[in-house]
Amino acid sequence: MNRTQNPPKEYPLYDTPEFRLAGDRGLLMAFGETIDPGINARIRAMASHLSRELPQGVEEIIPTYCSLILVYDPAETCPDILIPELTAMNDGLDDESLPEPEVVELPVCYHPDLGPDLLHVAEVHGLTPEAVVDIHTKPLYPVYMIGFTPGFPYLGGLDERLHTGRLSSPRTHVPAGSVGIANNQTGIYPIASPGGWQLIGQCPVKLFDPDRENPILLKAGSLLKFRAVSMDEFVSLKEENR
Amino acid sequence: MKALKIISPGPFTTVQDRGRFGLQQFGVPPCGMLDRHAGDIANLLVGNDPDAAVLEFTFMGGQMEALDTFCLAVTGADMGMTINSTPCAAWSTHRVTPGDRIHLGGAATGCRTYLAVSGGIDVPLVMGSRSTYTGARIGGMDGGILKAGDILARGKGRLSDIPEAIPEDLIPAYPSEIVLRAIPGPQDNFFDLDTFFNVPFTVTDKANRMGYRLQGEAVTRKPGMPKSIISEPSLPGGVQVPEDGQPIILLAEQTVGGYAKAATVISSDIPRLAQAVPGNRIRFESVSLETAHEIYMQQTNAFEKLKKMDLQAKTWAAMGKAFFDDPVFCQRIEKYMLQV
Repeated sequence: MNRTQNPPKEYPLYDTPEFRLAGDRGLLMAFGETIDPGINARIRAMASHLSRELPQGVEEIIPTYCSLILVYDPAETCPDILIPELTAMNDGLDDESLPEPEVVELPVCYHPDLGPDLLHVAEVHGLTPEAVVDIHTKPLYPVYMIGFTPGFPYLGGLDERLHTGRLSSPRTHVPAGSVGIANNQTGIYPIASPGGWQLIGQCPVKLFDPDRENPILLKAGSLLKFRAVSMDEFVSLKEENR
Repeated sequence: MKALKIISPGPFTTVQDRGRFGLQQFGVPPCGMLDRHAGDIANLLVGNDPDAAVLEFTFMGGQMEALDTFCLAVTGADMGMTINSTPCAAWSTHRVTPGDRIHLGGAATGCRTYLAVSGGIDVPLVMGSRSTYTGARIGGMDGGILKAGDILARGKGRLSDIPEAIPEDLIPAYPSEIVLRAIPGPQDNFFDLDTFFNVPFTVTDKANRMGYRLQGEAVTRKPGMPKSIISEPSLPGGVQVPEDGQPIILLAEQTVGGYAKAATVISSDIPRLAQAVPGNRIRFESVSLETAHEIYMQQTNAFEKLKKMDLQAKTWAAMGKAFFDDPVFCQRIEKYMLQV
């Protein structure tokens, strides 16, 4: 395996992707080592290309912040076959127009009953709760990766004015749909789980529903926009999405 | 078809098949039987397809009542199965009839036992698999561990009339000293791998289907290497090394991790890891990708060979007199002869 010497972090996108072994069934293709929209766009392009033309023996592709992992069947292929193929595919990407990312808008009720840390987050930053909502609903958040639990989006783009540390002691139960902040990250809990994020609201739409045709609502590469809704609207949307 | 009533379920018993694949990009981990070697053989012994669902018992079995006539086989850790209080050999096929009481005790060595029934455990497919994922409460019996009173159905399957068994030399032992072969990476350049590959680690009691936490001489990070990495997917077998230098081997229920991984245990060795219990000693042995793939092919071929082997003939030869001394078998043979 050739490991190319790539320049340090100030050049976010590697000149050529680095390939690393993730066991006897996984091949990691790294494009850089920072969270960066440029790197992510390249990964999105590669993932979209790969999903149309899955190389022989590849069972799964998992796009992430700065890399792609391919899961393969060693009976059918190996890195010696995959690496040249992937390199050629990556080199050919420059001409390809990247599909427009899908924009998903999600309603969120920012209310202390549903976001028990909303007032705390506002206080920490010397903001009114309304200002927190304004700032949080402004950006188009890129979905860099899905993981941790089914449908959990790792989002980029949280406004610096809202960066807030985790709870000193995590809650044992965070309800499904809770919208939270942890340092420079914001996200939604798709299923009820323990968690240490600062909760500022709740989304009535299910991010994960195993009985739905598309069980997972969001996918890596999408853009997410939050829309503030009233408690009444939350209740009726929640009813609709039962 | 109702097949089994759970009378006492054991501490952590779940329905598992080979796993839920292709969904890691959506945060859905593969799950599935952790000791796939044992699970595959259990299915083979009752004539099931390899993707049939089985029961996975952990540390302790439990008691069940048969509600139908079917074949069953248990493999993996030996939990001393009895049917109607009569000891019955593991790694072989037994036929039960309605009212039969099946009992599994504590694991003698190893910790995970698989029970396959003709036709497979029939629970609804959730996202393509019957595997239980307790974290998201999906698959298996309502996404959870089995409870007393649960009634499990089985799919359609053939009933073999003559018991089958796996030749004794193919039954794995579960020793307390385990060598796991691992490929360095993806972040092997972060660590001093001399320690990692030479020093034995002890399995702690923080061990479950998500992963195994080990304890031993801390794996040292090379100077200047960061404490964590930008979160990336974790595949089963990945050995994370957090800041304290104590490795965690990830298994089937985690999709993302933010700790650097010194090495990845080869897929062929995951079944042996799945039988490790707290206090066992684990040593990692570095192997090349080429070697890992050879081992993978050998294992695949061995299983294919086993499938083709005349297991019935093997039974008579391998088990010899002991087999005929098995009272349950004799009862069954008598029943069988009467039916004929």
